Amino acid sequence: MRILSDYRGNVLYMRLCGEMDEHNAALVRRVADKLVDDHTQSERAVIDLSGVSFMDSTGIGFLIGRYKKLQRYGIPVYVTNPSLGTDKILQMSGVYTLMPKI
Amino acid sequence: MKNYMKLEISARGENEGFARSAVAAFALPLNPSFTELSDIKTAVSEAVTNCIVHAYSKTQDGKIIIECETEQTSTGGVLHIEIRDFGCGIEDVEQAVQPFYTTLSDDERSGMGFTIMQTFMDEFSLTSIRGEGTRVEMSRRIGEEDGAAFSKPPKSIRKVSNA
Repeated sequence: MRILSDYRGNVLYMRLCGEMDEHNAALVRRVADKLVDDHTQSERAVIDLSGVSFMDSTGIGFLIGRYKKLQRYGIPVYVTNPSLGTDKILQMSGVYTLMPKI
Repeated sequence: MKNYMKLEISARGENEGFARSAVAAFALPLNPSFTELSDIKTAVSEAVTNCIVHAYSKTQDGKIIIECETEQTSTGGVLHIEIRDFGCGIEDVEQAVQPFYTTLSDDERSGMGFTIMQTFMDEFSLTSIRGEGTRVEMSRRIGEEDGAAFSKPPKSIRKVSNA
């Protein structure tokens, strides 16, 4: 699993790629946090899930963890492009109430 | 016609992907839809992750046994999955299956594992004995998505603890 990032127009984009499970999430957690710490001037952050081919409940914990971190800097966060399976999990767990889908 | 497989794996994180893919591959002869396969993989991933993270606390060199059986029916088929470990067991299964309940909240755990297993599968049961291990049994009907959804009987959810 890896993260591709981009910073354009004061927006931090993080594109997750790969299978998001307990094992793989540990690999990208620190990378995501460093990206946030390096872009504290961002107006908002967008997490792009188009490259996520699988996600279990680990993804919920991962996204809420990043939400909390971004919230400490006052940066709102949005998610985009979840697959059908990922969307089902994020919907049922209420993640979209914290980080709206765009 | 019934088909059967048994898989014994080490309780290691890198086996999570292998376990869910192996079960999905075993179910393929029933011609599952993309959604059915995705649901099955997610449920298996949740159960296997629980074994690694909770039963063996990520440190012990434990074993996980996965047994699957498929049954062909006139409308499609059924996949039965049993996943068991020989770890610490669950103290209170009623509490463990509550949405968002987790014993490891500092660890970015969502507490949604059992909720997802129950939601994504047609049948679910959990048996745990403290100090001996935990067994999850799940079934999913395959090939009934078109039109049959409303005639499905209510989900049977059995939770048993022998603590």
